[in-house]
Amino acid sequence: MLDNVTWPSTDYSRVPYVVFGDQAIYNREQERIFQGSSWCYLGLEAEIPNPGDFKTSFVGNTSVVVNRSANGAVYAFENRCAHRGSTVVRELSGNRENYTCIYHHWCYDHEGNLIGVPFQRGLKGKGGMPREFDKCEHSLKKLRVETYRGVIFGTFDHDIMPLADYLGPRIRDILDTIFQKPIEVLGYMRQRMPSNWKLYWENATDCYHAGLLHQFGTTFGLFRATQEGGSFLGACPGHSVCYSIFGSDEGSVSEGYEGIEAYNAEMKLNDASLLQYRDEDSDQRGLIIMATFPSVIFQRIANTLATRQIRTKSPNEFELYWTYFGYADDDEELRRMRLTQTNLVGPAGLISMEDGEAGVLIQRAIERERHASSVMEMGGKGPIGDQDHLVSEMSVRGFWKHYCDVMGYVPGSSS
Amino acid sequence: MNNSLASNSSRTIAQEVVREITDLLYDYVLCLDDDRLEEWPDFFIEDCIYKIVPRENLRLKADLPIWFCENKNMLRDRVLALRTCSVYNLHYDRHLISNIRVKCQDDGRFYVHSNYAVFQTDLIEGKTILFCTGKYEDEVVFVAGQPKFKVKRVILDTYSVPNLLATPV
Ligand code: FES
Ligand SMILES: [Fe+2]
Repeated sequence: MLDNVTWPSTDYSRVPYVVFGDQAIYNREQERIFQGSSWCYLGLEAEIPNPGDFKTSFVGNTSVVVNRSANGAVYAFENRCAHRGSTVVRELSGNRENYTCIYHHWCYDHEGNLIGVPFQRGLKGKGGMPREFDKCEHSLKKLRVETYRGVIFGTFDHDIMPLADYLGPRIRDILDTIFQKPIEVLGYMRQRMPSNWKLYWENATDCYHAGLLHQFGTTFGLFRATQEGGSFLGACPGHSVCYSIFGSDEGSVSEGYEGIEAYNAEMKLNDASLLQYRDEDSDQRGLIIMATFPSVIFQRIANTLATRQIRTKSPNEFELYWTYFGYADDDEELRRMRLTQTNLVGPAGLISMEDGEAGVLIQRAIERERHASSVMEMGGKGPIGDQDHLVSEMSVRGFWKHYCDVMGYVPGSSS
Repeated sequence: MNNSLASNSSRTIAQEVVREITDLLYDYVLCLDDDRLEEWPDFFIEDCIYKIVPRENLRLKADLPIWFCENKNMLRDRVLALRTCSVYNLHYDRHLISNIRVKCQDDGRFYVHSNYAVFQTDLIEGKTILFCTGKYEDEVVFVAGQPKFKVKRVILDTYSVPNLLATPV
């Protein structure tokens, strides 16, 4: 096992496959990325609207509870009892005045403070905790929490920069768009992926694959590489956005896809209503996919609105947790479109099921590989920046640059 | 859907009808296990619903599906996509169904509950996993003497899908 890696190229156009299967590297990721100086997605305020509402979530592979206190503020703490380590909250969501651990009934408030220890003073003068035992020193491990536009982020680093600065103006701008109005959570989709979480991150930031792997989109006309679109980076290159303008390639599709199997102009759906959507964007962007380092992807594709949270499980397994939502003021037709378009995304999605398969195909082929690297030069080598087209892997390299910075890996020259 | 089903079981319905509906269910899973996907839509009437709902969403008002066909053409389109453009794990499916209970409604529909389990065998190494389990909540009607699904609601107990779900359950 390794926990240090030499990066073969200084522009991150090569990624050593060893980072996708090594336990020591995975452990270091938990420590430096998820437990470290990152703002991690925890959930949405709309999921816990009332005082006492809670939901369980994850930061990397650490179970956390996020909840709203009596005064309306949102708090989060690690879901591990300060006594002897039991999981405190077992439910996915609910409403509680306080949290009692099932094992010895230690009791915590919404902020995670220890407020009760049964038999602390003993019984009839016998037993009990030592006199100097101070409940204040035994709270649950607290996260610092901040929200932006109703999206809840948490971090174990209490000295980290404010969330708004961590995201930067371009990421906030997309959140302003996606969370422009009060939302209503419609449900969840989960995928247990037998591959390394970073393969999914590469996938979500890779504009290049979208118009090739997802042939349903290219064939029947949602996303195509020939559309107007591009990608740009956020406050750090670990955040990136890919966008495209649906229908902007009329007339140029056949030419663009000439000789490429992904496109078949002859094929038609029996019921094209699946492809009908309402333009909800002032800039006609039919697709916006934003990856926010290290654990969440925000999307609006046609009328599908979702967050996708990465919950790591091991070097070769993670859970992808989709939260699917609409706006509270959706009219009936728009709400119906959002529900019909569940066909496009999630584990059975006609333009997303392929991503699960791609991850497995890579994981299977590289797991035992100690020396080889991938090649990413689509859209150019060298400096990492914005792109005004869709045939690019630039944002994937951006992710790796930031990943290496956080992990303390120094890119060396090719050997 | 119908919570009183458990108390009011198949007993009041002609055994012949129960047998035909049971055959429909068995033929349905046989069709899927044989990979005769082109025949799959014909188990449904034109104006049908086929949806797969993760069990964790039942507590929510929208019972959000991961697969939602609102008519037979959408079933045909799923098959078209699977055969021509979707990329997914190469596998065999094997469905087991049990606990079939049938109840009649006044309007000639039969409400049918059954349990299912799907084992999946991958074609790379021949390994089999329990892919998912749950229950079917179906509405069956007879068209020209043939039982067909008007509604097939697949409740997915396995609400965290192993990787991806491409072929019908
Ligand atoms: S482990 Fe929680 S009270 Fe003992
Ligand atoms: Fe994809």
